[in-house]
Amino acid sequence: MAQIQPRKLRRKSVRYGVPVAVAGVAAATVGLVPALASTGDPDLPKISAEDLVAKVAKSDVEHMSGTVKVSTDLGLPSLPGGGSGGGGGFGGGPHGSDGGEGKDGKGDAADASPDKKLSELASGEHTLRFAADGPDKQRVSVMEDAAEYSMVHNGRDLWAYDSGSNTAWHAKAPKDAKGAKGGHGKSAERWQGKKPDAVTPQQAAKQALKAVGKSTSVTVDGTAKVAGRDAYQLLIKPKGASDSTIESVRIAVDADNGVPLKFTLNAKGGDKPAIDVAYTKVDFGKPDASSFDFTPPKGTKVTEAKPHESAGVGHRAPEGLTGLSGSGLEVVNKSASDWGKVARLDTGMPGGLGGKQSDGDAAQMLDKFTDKVHGDFGTGRVFSTRLVNALMTDDGKVYVGAVTKDGLVKAANQDRAAK
Amino acid sequence: MSQAEAAEPAYDGRPAAAPPDVRPLWALGLFRSELLVTFRRWRTLALLAVLAAVPVVVGIAVKAETSDGGSIGGGGGEGPAFISQITNNGLFLVFTSLAATLPFFLPMTVGVVAGDAVAGEASAGTLRYLLVAPAGRTRLLLAKLTTVLVFCLAATLTVALSALVTGALLFPTGEVTLLSGTTVSFGEGLLRALAIAAVVALSLLGLAALGLFISTLTNSGIAAMAATVGLLITVQIVNAIPQLDEFHPFLFPNYWLSFADLLRDPIYWGDLLKNLGLQALYAAVFGSAAWARFNNRDVTA
Repeated sequence: MAQIQPRKLRRKSVRYGVPVAVAGVAAATVGLVPALASTGDPDLPKISAEDLVAKVAKSDVEHMSGTVKVSTDLGLPSLPGGGSGGGGGFGGGPHGSDGGEGKDGKGDAADASPDKKLSELASGEHTLRFAADGPDKQRVSVMEDAAEYSMVHNGRDLWAYDSGSNTAWHAKAPKDAKGAKGGHGKSAERWQGKKPDAVTPQQAAKQALKAVGKSTSVTVDGTAKVAGRDAYQLLIKPKGASDSTIESVRIAVDADNGVPLKFTLNAKGGDKPAIDVAYTKVDFGKPDASSFDFTPPKGTKVTEAKPHESAGVGHRAPEGLTGLSGSGLEVVNKSASDWGKVARLDTGMPGGLGGKQSDGDAAQMLDKFTDKVHGDFGTGRVFSTRLVNALMTDDGKVYVGAVTKDGLVKAANQDRAAK
Repeated sequence: MSQAEAAEPAYDGRPAAAPPDVRPLWALGLFRSELLVTFRRWRTLALLAVLAAVPVVVGIAVKAETSDGGSIGGGGGEGPAFISQITNNGLFLVFTSLAATLPFFLPMTVGVVAGDAVAGEASAGTLRYLLVAPAGRTRLLLAKLTTVLVFCLAATLTVALSALVTGALLFPTGEVTLLSGTTVSFGEGLLRALAIAAVVALSLLGLAALGLFISTLTNSGIAAMAATVGLLITVQIVNAIPQLDEFHPFLFPNYWLSFADLLRDPIYWGDLLKNLGLQALYAAVFGSAAWARFNNRDVTA
């Protein structure tokens, strides 16, 4: 025994070393691999900002497929019953459903129409799969826990299928939209914001580059590796718009074919990007043709879009920026730089949200989500998120813009004075 | 120092203890006897029976609710995953049942069996007799671990088969609609169901190793079972708190529901592989910890 004892002791410590070593190696791998993978920005030939923007515009990649990660942090208040989708009950098991669906309360009629789903993307993190084959065939799938929401655009048909509720939505472009030259443009217009590619970095970049004008500084800011591909980074910053809530927009452009692979929008204040849309995997091969065929499965409830429904409502894509030019909105401070524009919407409801009618509970809710402000325009309430702020005045006007609270008040005063 | 403790090194790792050519068969014998002991236990059979009853209950409930032509859960995607699809295809009862039992029921039974594996023998006083035989502690532990893994598979298959039979009896079967809206043949659907059952069984690997490790820590079978199941519940609660999402990727149940990714078209491997990797990591860490602990353990009972 006496001889065995020391040997046993040594072996004892050696044995316990095994699990510790395994855990250590695992921790090191988890910690080091991403660090190693992210180092070493690719060495690419220099390119001017103009050339890069032109490259994006010229990019004519017809078919591609990939996985897109969308994470948005718009600072939207979480409304009661609206949860942030933090997993319905322990891993999404027996109690209530998971993530995405949990939010659609029972009161909501099951409906697979894209508006609702796309607006769901405006909060939290989502993984999407996108495939495109020319302008007439696209597909996007929003991957939810144990469910999937797919949108398939094939020629004149636009299908949406929600596996969680087993419902489908269908819109068909009228015949004359096809065939005629520019016919596609028309159908694309009809489905603005509802087309499957509305949620890709390409679309977001397109919107951002549209806003590029005199009041914007565009620079090439180094290189990066996105989804395993070499990319230039385009940095867009508002110039002379001190009231803008947008700090900068960063677009990673594929060095090879000019496809935007990553779109990041940083808001002023806070280090987390407000919008981050990026490919995590991308493939420029031709996707399988069958991925664009969709026939509603047996037993699926199909909702046909009403003709007038497919027009209009477009601007709900998460890009946020686009919402400013919607119909029914009037820009009040036309002299301001592009980034400081504020739009006015007349609700025609004097009393507005802060009216006398609101009783105790409602007023309390209002106080929680809005701030009272005063100015030459009178009084009103400001509802703020990280990107877009809205001022609802007591005489029923709503001012919306990607500007700070002060900027909104200034614009409202200006509007008042102009009358 | 007990007899078993002192005797152990003499047998451990020395070919002279038993003729080498007999060894593989002999190890199989140990495994077989472990398997028989586990699966002949009334407790194990009762656990499997309860698991088999879950799909039957779910199936009857869905059938009763939809018998008047209505849809389940208001059609708004309420209830466990896939439940709205069951009325179209009985095969989905397999997926619903697995999704419903995976968070607690299934791992709880694994926790009971794994927690009991070593501690149960210790508290019954049979552990030292097992060690007196020229088994070697490592081999005994391996036999125990394999038995627990076989139970994981058996429990999953019990749920899946019971759900398949119930689903086929109560609902129509036929072509299967995948999550992406594409339709595949029933045969491929069955194949995917089988793959899902395998993934679910593998998902329980981490917990099985954890339970076995806890089982080597104590001499009380009940304590080990309670600790394993308690740990499972704690981890599931932590996993459900959004404020702690920094830790979620390291918790063993975090990717459990990723088995549903097998029903996408094309299959999305990201989370599936993460799940299997995490389970392998847990199995490696706690399996080796159980081995280290068990080989140093002072077996007195």
